[in-house]
Amino acid sequence: MTDPAIQIEGLRFAWKGSEPVLDVPAFTLARGERLFLRGPSGSGKSTLLGVIAGVLVADAGRVNVLGHELGSLSSAARDRMRADHLGVIFQMFNLVPYLSVVGNVTLPLKFSGRRRRIVGGDADAEARRLLGRLGLTDEALLARRVSDLSVGQQQRVAAARALIGGPEIVIADEPTSALDSDARDRFIELLSEEAARTGAALLFVSHDASLARLFDRSVDLAEINRARVSA
Amino acid sequence: MRAILSLAWKSLMNRKGSVILTLVAVALSVALFLGVEKARTGAREGFGNTISGTDLIVGAPTGTVNLLLYSVFRMGNATAEVSWPTYEKLAARPDIAWTVPISLGDSHRGFRVLGTTDAYFDHYKYGRGQALVLAKGERFKDVFDAVIGADVARELGHEIGSPLVLSHGLGTANLDGGHENRPFRVVGILAPTGTPVDRTVHVSLEAITAIHVGWETGAKNPLSDSIDETMIRSFDLTPKSVTAIFVGLAQKGTILTTRRAINTNKGEPLMAIIPGAALAELWSVTAFAERALMAVSVFVIAVGLVSILTSILTSLNERRREMSILRAVGARPGHIFALLVLEAGLVGFLGALAGIGLIHAILLVAGPMVEAHYGVSLAGTGPGLTDLYTLLAVTLAALVIGMVPAWAAFRRSLADGLSVKL
Repeated sequence: MTDPAIQIEGLRFAWKGSEPVLDVPAFTLARGERLFLRGPSGSGKSTLLGVIAGVLVADAGRVNVLGHELGSLSSAARDRMRADHLGVIFQMFNLVPYLSVVGNVTLPLKFSGRRRRIVGGDADAEARRLLGRLGLTDEALLARRVSDLSVGQQQRVAAARALIGGPEIVIADEPTSALDSDARDRFIELLSEEAARTGAALLFVSHDASLARLFDRSVDLAEINRARVSA
Repeated sequence: MRAILSLAWKSLMNRKGSVILTLVAVALSVALFLGVEKARTGAREGFGNTISGTDLIVGAPTGTVNLLLYSVFRMGNATAEVSWPTYEKLAARPDIAWTVPISLGDSHRGFRVLGTTDAYFDHYKYGRGQALVLAKGERFKDVFDAVIGADVARELGHEIGSPLVLSHGLGTANLDGGHENRPFRVVGILAPTGTPVDRTVHVSLEAITAIHVGWETGAKNPLSDSIDETMIRSFDLTPKSVTAIFVGLAQKGTILTTRRAINTNKGEPLMAIIPGAALAELWSVTAFAERALMAVSVFVIAVGLVSILTSILTSLNERRREMSILRAVGARPGHIFALLVLEAGLVGFLGALAGIGLIHAILLVAGPMVEAHYGVSLAGTGPGLTDLYTLLAVTLAALVIGMVPAWAAFRRSLADGLSVKL
């Protein structure tokens, strides 16, 4: 349990036939840490998250997630790693349209035996509990089609999904950019609380530097990424 | 895999509108295919069941198919006849249980006239051993009595007691070739059989002789019109020859030896055929048309399957986001692949199931009508192995076809990573 959640050394990544977008000498996320990663759009932050999530493979360098060298894992093992240990929240359109609210929250359990075991018997009850903690308790609301929810409600469903089954790392990619400032602060507060409760490290990515005050630590991607990326 | 199957199901339910259209396309194509298949099987069985219970058909030497055609299907003409004494010798053979002599060559307004004996009604069987049944009236007793088939009665509007004028030869024209002075009377009408019996006018062998009094030279003797009914009755009306003979054996086991004995008959040459074998030979002539029909209906199914492909392919773009969400929560590219393949398979399976249900509903309603009208029995075409195989084949084909969009989504899910900007 002494390995950091994420440790990156000498990471380099370029899309096929283009200039490198990532050249990160060092980056660390401690376990349980709540880190704000600031980066304007086009700064390569989505690419970095793809590499950490094991969907993209670095050209060079070490990417260590929870003690596992991603570079030495097969793609299936990286997929399993992501399923078991990572929760992801996107900027928007987080939900699978044909699943219910609860169905969306329990979706990761279908792909991860580990998270299924942690949740135990009643997955739906755990989903409702998480949704409740994030302020979604209204049964009528839960019965709605996910596309009928407001953006803020959708993002909270996505947060519940990222948290279910206690993954060690929660990655949030601009999850609040579509929210107004009140909803935004409230969302980050709830997300942080729940991450702290489950002991998950939170990697929160946004272009909005004003949010940095809500986190333990703040890192500017432009400072750690030596690759010059045009926006 | 169960999780993916449930996802596939929910995804389909979410797109009910377009999915139902695709289902309908698949269902209709499968129903058409099975309809053609069942009609074909029914027709083939009906054809094979045109005559049953008869072990051998004996006639003057000719082709196998030819003998079958004129004796059973009343098509074409006999080139030669079998003389009465030869027939009597044949009938007396100890290995032969019964014989039904038939005499053809005349017609009534386009329907063939068949001269035969009472034994015809006892021994001529069709289908699965069904005997001829009189719907109305009785068998012929008098020389000028006729028993007509169901189609003859229906098409010509004949009833019991209707007079019939037979014509010499097979044309419908009655110009100077008529047997007007030999008026026949309908005494019986047979129930429909779906066989050529329906289109036949049955009279006694003596009647055939009688109507040809005065025609011995092959053309009408000008004096023949002066011979009236009572004179004819006083003649010896024993036929001089018959066209063919249906034979029932005393023991089925002797079929080959009896056949050989007849084929090598000393004196007048004869030919014996086994009806089942001859029917199979005749049916094989139609195999080409049958295969063409099958090919067409298989292509219709292919069209149905392509509609599955189209509907999934067109949905892929709008589902790109969904795929990347699934990837983010831990779905492997293989899961994405399986999801789309299963969706296609589900549509194929459900479509085929609906198609099978549809065709059986149609058969249930229309089957009895078809049987009554055309005599083609669609019974025995209830849900069977053909339906099961079709269901499996369509589902399998849909799964295979589903690999096309699945592969596209698989490739894309690898390239897109986690972040799809829409």
